[in-house]
Amino acid sequence: MNQSRSMAVLYVILSILLLIVIMPFIWMLLGSLKSQGELLQVPPTFLPEAPSWDNFARLFQRLDFGRYFLNSTVVAVVVTVANLVFCSMLGYALAHLNFPGKKIIFGAVLGTLMIPGLVTFIPQFVLVVNMGLGNTLPALFLPFLAGPFGVFLMRQFFLGMPRDLLEAGRLDGASELGIFFRLFLPLAGPALATLGILTFLSSWNNFLWPLVVASTEDTYTLPVALALVSTGQNQTDYGLLLAGACVVVLPILLVFLFFQRYFIEGIATTGIK
Amino acid sequence: MTTEVAPAATEQRPRAGRRNSSEARAGLLLALPFVVLFSVFTLWPVLQSMFMSFTDTRITDIRTPFQVNFVGFENYAKALGDPVFRRAALNTGVFVVVGVPLTLACGLAAAVALNKGITKFRSVFRVGFYTPVITSIVAVAVVWRFLLQPDSGLVNTVLGWVGIDGPNWLGDTRTSLLSLIAMAVWRNFGTGMIIFLAGLQAVPWNLHEAASIDGASAWQRFWYITLPILRPTVLFVMVTTTIGYLQFFEEPFVMTQGGPLNSTLSASMYTYQQFGFGNYGLAGSMAYLTFLAILLVTLVQFRVTREK
Repeated sequence: MNQSRSMAVLYVILSILLLIVIMPFIWMLLGSLKSQGELLQVPPTFLPEAPSWDNFARLFQRLDFGRYFLNSTVVAVVVTVANLVFCSMLGYALAHLNFPGKKIIFGAVLGTLMIPGLVTFIPQFVLVVNMGLGNTLPALFLPFLAGPFGVFLMRQFFLGMPRDLLEAGRLDGASELGIFFRLFLPLAGPALATLGILTFLSSWNNFLWPLVVASTEDTYTLPVALALVSTGQNQTDYGLLLAGACVVVLPILLVFLFFQRYFIEGIATTGIK
Repeated sequence: MTTEVAPAATEQRPRAGRRNSSEARAGLLLALPFVVLFSVFTLWPVLQSMFMSFTDTRITDIRTPFQVNFVGFENYAKALGDPVFRRAALNTGVFVVVGVPLTLACGLAAAVALNKGITKFRSVFRVGFYTPVITSIVAVAVVWRFLLQPDSGLVNTVLGWVGIDGPNWLGDTRTSLLSLIAMAVWRNFGTGMIIFLAGLQAVPWNLHEAASIDGASAWQRFWYITLPILRPTVLFVMVTTTIGYLQFFEEPFVMTQGGPLNSTLSASMYTYQQFGFGNYGLAGSMAYLTFLAILLVTLVQFRVTREK
């Protein structure tokens, strides 16, 4: 009796907390459909009185959010694919092959895992400007194509796979590269899914670097555009800002709800977002 | 971890030699693309930014980054002597010292609650609590600025229901930084929760039952059985959260622009501003000071938590 009562209390508390935690998102969605007048009303309304897509229309017509959406997507896709390819290659080599320089490479990868973007962004900026790539899309993704986190994750994964597979491949006369591409890589699905989702997410949400590099509207990514609108002349146009926040958040939210298992496994096993 | 260095062995064992050399070739080939990109865009900038922090590099030197004057520790001295940077460092310190324990406590509480035999809707709660973590800080900062509006904001409206006249959260120097901390806790406690949930699987529940029969309260059992087992997990979450909070940037950028009266200016944001003014050497030294703080805090936390 007492047991089930305390369970009920726990459920009630957790439900209230859940409501508080997701309230900002509910408020964002509802607010994006309200007019500016209604948004500033005291006390605020909960459901929009006359829901309209007007804020979204302004976002895509008066501002160029379609373009920023495309930029964010291109950058995130390129960064994700590159990391999947390069990190699994090096991760496998570090886990199962002997080659000169192996220890140095692994040490360098581990050593930079903790270095913040704040430390590297100025020389990286000088570098891309001198490469003639200032304010271009390649400049947005080049520094992120080979991330240390992915190598670490893939190495750990391949270490957990049996070495017998490698020996069996060699006995069958497969080439070293063939063993990796045809035996190991097809079995790495779950690890690749985790790495892919985490990489896509961090690229989509990345802010400091695109803020530094993108100096005109044609290279803005979504977070940069939203931040600049929110600090510029439209900074009190909350309808526009909430609609913008929806455009940044909703795609990722959908991806997350679809693939949440991989997200949560990835966080629990590596501990890194 | 299971490796031995190959090249020396290759010459002594001619039969294995052929395979070893093809293995080494494959290893190098697989490593090459990553190593090239990583060296150019990560390793080299790390070294160059160290060099830059000891020079008077400005935006005008961008085409000739090595024809600059070496100034020793001048940038570091200038940064540490700058009252605005000191204020920013203090704000960052408060953000970490208040925010990290709160984030950990909320994450741990959520994990323990979800581990108490919740079966129905467990994954709904888990996913719900984790949702803020995956969203862009810029976007949620925009939403929170709206929630914290003094008159029409949701927070003050709810406070008004219980008779509290809420302050102008972001516009008042007494509450501005606290508001950013509250948002950071809301956004980040889900990470801790997920890692703690994994850590809780290692807790021996038969020990809990035994202690409970011996009359230990739920709180005592948590304190003396659960927490010691979670110690490494707590340390890990503490270190990663601290590293993240030491670099907080988007929150003040979007919500307050560092104001009012620099009360929410962070070290990262001031570094970015100095970069914007073209003072690359000075900004570089500030970035390295943040990095130094990260290293120091990590070492101290490992030291303190390893004792006992």
